[in-house]
Amino acid sequence: MTAAVDKFKPGDRVKIKFEDRPGHIRTPWYIRGKTGWVERVYGEFLNPESLAFGHDGLPKKTLYLIAFNQSDVWGESATKQDKVLVDIYEHWLEPVA
Amino acid sequence: MARGHHDIGGLPGGGPIDQAEHQLSDWEILADAVNQALGAKGIKRTDEMRRAREEMDSAAYRDMTYYERWIASIEAILIEKKILTEDEINRKLAQFESKWGEP
Repeated sequence: MTAAVDKFKPGDRVKIKFEDRPGHIRTPWYIRGKTGWVERVYGEFLNPESLAFGHDGLPKKTLYLIAFNQSDVWGESATKQDKVLVDIYEHWLEPVA
Repeated sequence: MARGHHDIGGLPGGGPIDQAEHQLSDWEILADAVNQALGAKGIKRTDEMRRAREEMDSAAYRDMTYYERWIASIEAILIEKKILTEDEINRKLAQFESKWGEP
C-alpha cells in the first residue's frame, strides 16, 4: 500500500469524530470533536481496535500525526505558540472544508 | 459510556506529574520480563493488555500501581486465552504464601 490510497495529506484540515462506543479506542477523549490539521502521514498499521480483542488487525489503517492549536483544545487560556500533537487513525478523521 | 478510567488526559485536578526516576522493585522487573516473554512468544499483544486494563473494575484500577495493573492484565488475558485457570493461579499463590508468608 502506498501514500496514493491515503485519504489525507500534510496540511489538510481535519476534524476528529466524536464517537462514544465500547472497545479499545486509541483516540483520547479530550481530542474527540476537535479540529486540527495533518502534520505527517506515518503509513499503514494493523488496527489496534481489532488486535485488542485477539483478532488479526486487518484491514490495516493509515495512521497520521495530527496537530491542533492549544487554544482549540483547551480554550483561550492556553498558550498561543504551542501545539498539541496526537497520533490518530484515519477512520477517526473527517475532512473539514 | 463516557470516557474510560484510563483516559484521563485533560481532566482537572490531576496535579503535577512526578518526573523523578522511580526505583523498581524486584517483582516489578519480573513483571516486565514476564510481559516481554509472553509478547515474544506471540501469546499476547500490547493492545490486548491495554484492553484488559480498560475493562477492569474502575475502583480496582485506580487503587492499583502501574505494575500491579500490568500483572492484573496479564492474568486476565492468560485466563481469557485458557492458558491458565484462575484456580491454577490461586493454588500457586497459596503455595507461595505458605512458603514466604502473606505479601
